[in-house]
Amino acid sequence: MSTLISSPPALSIRGLSVGFGDHLVLENLDLDVRRGEVIGFVGGSGTGKSVLMRSILGLTPKRAGTIEVFGRNLDRIDARERQQIERNWGVLFQHGALFSGLNVMQNIQVMMREHAHMSPRLRDELAMCKIELVGLPPDAAYKYPAELSGGMIKRAALARALALDPALLFLDEPTAGLDPIGASEFDHLVATLQKTLGLTVFMVTHDLDSLYAICDRIAALAERRVVLVGSVDDMKSSTHPWVYSYFHGKRARQIITPASPA
Amino acid sequence: MAFIHYSHGVDMPAPTFPPELICDVRADGLYLSARGEWTWRTAMAAERLIDEAWLGHQDHKFIYVDLSDVSAFDTTGAWLIARLRSLYEARAAQVHIHSADEAQTLLLAQIHYHPLKPNTPQGDEPMFDMLVDVGETIVGAGQDFYTTLAFFGELTTVVVGLWRRHKWRMTSIVYHVESFAWRGLPVIALINFLVGCIVAQQGIFQLQRFGAATFAVDLIGILVLRELAVLLTSIMVAGRTGSAITAEIGSMKMREEVDALRVMGFNPMEVLVLPRLIALIISLPLLTFVSDMSALLGGLVVSWVYGDLSPEIFLSRLQNAIALNTFLVGLIKAPVMALAIGLIAVTQGLAVGGSAESLGRQVTGSVVKSIFMVIVIDGLFAMFFASIRY
Repeated sequence: MSTLISSPPALSIRGLSVGFGDHLVLENLDLDVRRGEVIGFVGGSGTGKSVLMRSILGLTPKRAGTIEVFGRNLDRIDARERQQIERNWGVLFQHGALFSGLNVMQNIQVMMREHAHMSPRLRDELAMCKIELVGLPPDAAYKYPAELSGGMIKRAALARALALDPALLFLDEPTAGLDPIGASEFDHLVATLQKTLGLTVFMVTHDLDSLYAICDRIAALAERRVVLVGSVDDMKSSTHPWVYSYFHGKRARQIITPASPA
Repeated sequence: MAFIHYSHGVDMPAPTFPPELICDVRADGLYLSARGEWTWRTAMAAERLIDEAWLGHQDHKFIYVDLSDVSAFDTTGAWLIARLRSLYEARAAQVHIHSADEAQTLLLAQIHYHPLKPNTPQGDEPMFDMLVDVGETIVGAGQDFYTTLAFFGELTTVVVGLWRRHKWRMTSIVYHVESFAWRGLPVIALINFLVGCIVAQQGIFQLQRFGAATFAVDLIGILVLRELAVLLTSIMVAGRTGSAITAEIGSMKMREEVDALRVMGFNPMEVLVLPRLIALIISLPLLTFVSDMSALLGGLVVSWVYGDLSPEIFLSRLQNAIALNTFLVGLIKAPVMALAIGLIAVTQGLAVGGSAESLGRQVTGSVVKSIFMVIVIDGLFAMFFASIRY
């Protein structure tokens, strides 16, 4: 355990502020994500969960604050280091964002072709391996995104995010739009991958089932900052009005009894 | 914890330990011990090691693989180990893998090696493939013609239906006329002005040798009004507006907006297609008229500056050279050109599939096909007007 404690957290955010025009979405936000944990992000619609993810990824500019990934301040690194970090995180966008002109296999191989030096045979085999790992049938490999169902797109996008075995995986509402069976399979998949690949998972979600099933910790976003980070039990005993209503609402109560975390 | 042994480039970027595989042949079997980094970063070397180990020691029945000295291990490493295992197991050998920790064990358990089935083989017979390509192109051209014709038929029924109901979408039509004609005006006027200048300059320069420089005015008047202005305008509109229509309708098709309209009880033909077509049919003659004027102006300016022909002389010669029919020949062609451009643009747009690539292909197809059609139609009109002596 000592190596774990001495090494910096996977993700560390201090005093982050992000806004558009006069409107501040996030203000003075602090957050630490430990290595190897699955952290679930909850918050009402429009509270800036996706904005937070996008500003960590550098897609939305921030107004203030520092973001450290594996102990590297993203503002103070050169292009080479930045590329190294980008190779080490995988992102599953909400709608998959698969390249529509490439088939699933080629989508997965994009990063391999660009960054890894490997034989074409191994590259094909590995892409196939990822396809099976995320639970897609082998014949999906040669299909184009337009020919896939919503659930398959999510799986294919996950396979692409995992192409180079990233250390940090960002999932933006991975189970949104999936049927309950598909969603719970997806949860199970993320949990298995997390264990086998030692991933740190940053998951934005609205899905209470996912939160209970696979998240080590939950962070609640409200009032432009993280109001609470903790286990499901911490969330349930919180007196913060939004957190209370989220975890004591009708939908939450139905789930808590059968599926409380082990 | 599972992740402690799992190390990544960000943590230790610079010194990657190259993979090693030490083969030790003992009495009871083959002992392979792996060291160093077995990840995608070292994939090339690791794959070579696995291949060498297999090729060098195929006959063993008991293989012991020791992964405890591996410093970094990921799916790539696991896949290669699994490949080796399956090669031996295919020969009924027993493979025992001793992994360092739970994560490696889990990873190896997740990965099942099997050789990749080659995807539908293609391109063995170049001659055959070429014939297939030619056949597909011909059938595709036939289908294009058929769909455009069918589309035209559908459009006609919509127009007839609208005639009774009087539900012309005027706002939409006016909006499109603005964007097709008004916003395209400057560039089209400028191009025609320049072409007028060029024709005048060449005409004067070449005809001077016969002492017939003033006949350049006849040349400019007839050439510009009958052919050049309408042709150039149509080509510009095909490039500028046709492509925009295809892209617009194509991306709506791609995002199921067209389907949304249909289930809400709208006829996409009536809402999307017809306003654009009508706007195009209105816009192109207007633009052609402007083109005529600016090309003549260009001719006038060059004749004056370069050919020492005063505007008064230019205009009086022009009056003698052309008649109303010269002007009308150009203008009559414009709506037909507009219809052709619009039909091609819309059918190409509606043919867009799901990918960004197909959108690009259809937009290119739209521009190329409509320019081609514009020139063909111009040729047909030339023959028609010649035979009726107009």
